[in-house]
Amino acid sequence: MSEIKTAAYICSGCGLGDKLDIPQLGKIALKEGKMALVRDHAFLCNSAGVQMIRDDIEKEGVTHVCIAACSRRAKTEAFHFPTVAMTRANLREGVIWVVAEGSEHDEVRQEMADDYVRMGCAELKKVKLPQGNPNTTLQKRILVVGGGMSGLTAAFEAAETGYEVVIVEKQAQLGGWANKLWKRVPFKAPYAEPQATGVAELAAKVSAHPRIRVHLNSTIAETSGAPGRFTVKVAQESGAVTEESGAVTEEAIGAIVQATGFTTYDIAKLPELGGGQANVVDQAGLEALAQAANGGVLKRADGKEIKSVVFLQCAGQRDETGKHLAYCSGHCCATSIKQAMYFKDANPDTDTVVMYTDLRVPGMGEDFYRSAQSKGVIFTKGKASAVEAVGDSCKVNFKDLILDEATSLDADLVVLATGQVPSAGVNLDAWDKVVSEADGGSEAAKQNKSEMQKTSILNLAYRQGPDMPQFKYGFADSHFICFPYETRRTGIYAAGPVRRPMDMLQATEDATGAALKAIQAVENASLGRAAHPRTGDLSFPMVRLEGCTQCKRCTVECPFGAIDEDERRFPVFNEQRCRRCGTCMGACPVRVISFENYSVDTVGSQLKAVEIPDEFSEKPRVLILACENDAYPALDMAGLSRTVYSAFVRIIPVRCLGSVNTIWITDALNSGYDGVMMMGCKKGDDYQCHFVKGSELASYRMSKIGDTLTQMGLEPERVSSYEVAITDNARVAKFINEYVEQLVNMGPSPMKGFG
Amino acid sequence: MSEQNQQAVARYRNNFLKEVEDRVEDGEWVKMCMQCGVCAGSCPFGPHWEHSPQKIFMMIRAGKREEVLASDSMWMCTSCYNCIVRCPRKLPITHIMHGLAHYAHRLGMAPKGQPTREIARLFWNNLAKTGRVNELKFSLAMYFKDGFVQGIKNLLAMQGIGMGLMKARRLNPMEILGGHKCKDKDGIHKMIAKAREIEERKQGYAS
Ligand code: SF4
Ligand code: SF4
Ligand code: SF4
Repeated sequence: MSEIKTAAYICSGCGLGDKLDIPQLGKIALKEGKMALVRDHAFLCNSAGVQMIRDDIEKEGVTHVCIAACSRRAKTEAFHFPTVAMTRANLREGVIWVVAEGSEHDEVRQEMADDYVRMGCAELKKVKLPQGNPNTTLQKRILVVGGGMSGLTAAFEAAETGYEVVIVEKQAQLGGWANKLWKRVPFKAPYAEPQATGVAELAAKVSAHPRIRVHLNSTIAETSGAPGRFTVKVAQESGAVTEESGAVTEEAIGAIVQATGFTTYDIAKLPELGGGQANVVDQAGLEALAQAANGGVLKRADGKEIKSVVFLQCAGQRDETGKHLAYCSGHCCATSIKQAMYFKDANPDTDTVVMYTDLRVPGMGEDFYRSAQSKGVIFTKGKASAVEAVGDSCKVNFKDLILDEATSLDADLVVLATGQVPSAGVNLDAWDKVVSEADGGSEAAKQNKSEMQKTSILNLAYRQGPDMPQFKYGFADSHFICFPYETRRTGIYAAGPVRRPMDMLQATEDATGAALKAIQAVENASLGRAAHPRTGDLSFPMVRLEGCTQCKRCTVECPFGAIDEDERRFPVFNEQRCRRCGTCMGACPVRVISFENYSVDTVGSQLKAVEIPDEFSEKPRVLILACENDAYPALDMAGLSRTVYSAFVRIIPVRCLGSVNTIWITDALNSGYDGVMMMGCKKGDDYQCHFVKGSELASYRMSKIGDTLTQMGLEPERVSSYEVAITDNARVAKFINEYVEQLVNMGPSPMKGFG
Repeated sequence: MSEQNQQAVARYRNNFLKEVEDRVEDGEWVKMCMQCGVCAGSCPFGPHWEHSPQKIFMMIRAGKREEVLASDSMWMCTSCYNCIVRCPRKLPITHIMHGLAHYAHRLGMAPKGQPTREIARLFWNNLAKTGRVNELKFSLAMYFKDGFVQGIKNLLAMQGIGMGLMKARRLNPMEILGGHKCKDKDGIHKMIAKAREIEERKQGYAS
């Protein structure tokens, strides 16, 4: 970009003109902010106001616009000038709506507004209009890993939307688990009878689809690249049904849906419930018997007709001893109900008992449950303690939880409702350990590493390991609380039971969603834009490699595995994998990473633009670095609900607390701020951080800042952190007021006047 | 064991749920209970009986025939209908309770001396005899249901009220001699007999 021409526009509408001295703000923008052009307007977001700005852009050659009006989150459609760089000074939500009413507050209110104008102008001079990632890629083909119900659905939906799809399935035919089912739990009204799975029809449609290519007997040997430019090597096992056996085919791929499903929990691990006995099967085993019966009376493996059957729910699930699965697989109650109906439908006189502690039938399952009850399936609330083989049948010892007594039931067959174990590939935590041991020269670790590699599903050629990270209990990654489809591997989405335990209906819905996410990913990549959560963002991290010390912090800390390393150990940014969180920028000790419109400088210049009153003024200054995803909206909401908070704070939104470089903190304290508040999303196991690890990394970095503060002769309380959710508008004001009070009691920062 | 009871046991062996479904009024609803316990929590008699409706239904499914039929719970039901309006599965609980009480009574398995059952029995016998309730005889029967001595005690205790009622001409001592009857006493008897016959046919006692 050649010449830059700055302009500030100050709005006096929405009560701003009544509460603030607008001409003074204009003077500040001109004199201190050094704006080339300053205008005010009584109603800046109306068509006349917007036209005024447009005219300046077109006729006056304005390239940089600072809007001093409402929050950057408000009126985004009116203030949409895609050809210029822009900053916003938040005078409405950030000043007049939160500073207490009354003329006694006029002075502090005006000071706050003055500062926000200074900050907006200072930032404006440092930002550039993002040009978009120049490495746009046009590959939009979608790879679906796994050809079960989820994979088939994802593939079919994506293909029907117009995208080319490649399916890689390790078995010799499509269909996965669904092939093994006699019927499925009903997914259509009236939800009363088991329904046909329809898997054969779906597989046939997929196989015949002109936009879908299927690789059977195949696995993925390597996935390299990034969204929009993945190269996937598909290895065909020998004995294949199609052309070249043992061959490796290369596919150019835009995005990936991983629908690798689950295996059942091994009943051999449940000997106390009869696992291993001849007349005890799991739900998969029962499906096999039902398929063999083909609608007739079900018979055991020994050929005996089954006259009584007991289903034991939660077998090896929801286990609190740590021995078995800790979670509920969600589908198994409805599955047992369905299977009990196999018996009742073939012979109403079969004794069928479903033994549960809590019957969980989500969705329309309640209707299905009722239907089974009216067919005469008996539901007993009880907990089985042991299943014994007695003669030709089984004895189930259990505690009846309603009648509160120990008792037993005899049955020809016992079915254990075991859970789903995800097939999510390599656990990256274990992988990291093995890799570092292998790098240390351990032969055993090297061996171990290659064994682990064989279990990988995606075989990603990423520095961060061969599969996506795993969430709880070995399920594939998911931003579970806020954005369940999102994983930490951009452009790679998990769908179906590999992501969380689920039934077939949920899996097909999940797969449809994942297909749409994959489509979004390839479309964004093709335009050089970011994917979720900064969807459409054109900025991307740029690194000045001359300054890089190869410390590897960015590579390690990037939550999304976007950064690889070259042979000389310099970071290699894969922009299409990057989510633009700025965590790398916050991590970099030599500050060589920046975005066109967000950098150490854009924030640094803002915080330095604030006028710090001297220590005798009794006006402390507190810098708030607020995450733009939750904390900043919560602060805006505080304004919207006219919740008063201290006028001594100056707020700067940041992309993520992970992007906070400690230099900002030290700079702020050096320039005489009395304290710094960091506001970000919840961290930990149930994190809500939009960038998953950002707030956690920030808190780790801040835990180390104490020494620096002591060296500066400052109390550690001068920096404080808060977890703020988007709904916390009332709490956030309380945090501010309490912290300011605490600082007033501590007295002014000794750094004042040295800045 | 009464004859009817023997017959029922023979017929249903250990499938008590089936027996209830066939023979107890609204018994086919029992299998639809989902054991939520809302009825148990709603019944004003909660602490005073042996088994809540929820438990009764579970016991039926568990085949606890003797215990269910001998339970006093069904007799404690006051027909307040709290449970019916609250049951998420819409079980006609009150009706089932009465159905069970009736069935237990028929089989001769209802708890002996259970006061509400006793009142019901005395009331019915009194009514069925003449087609009209003879209040004096009914009250006396009530007083003496626990024996002669207790009967005298009850009489003495109620003396004041009795005298008051007589003074107000609300109680006619002459009723003790036969008393009022309805116009067609035989007709009433025939009607009751017919109703019983229909019921027996419907509930399969005849077979
Ligand atoms: S840390 Fe964030 S901004 Fe940096 S490369 Fe990774 S995803 Fe992109
Ligand atoms: S109707 Fe009978 S069983 Fe139901 S709540 Fe009332 S008293 Fe209890
Ligand atoms: S309220 Fe209804 S469903 Fe719940 S326990 Fe009572 S009878 Fe059963």
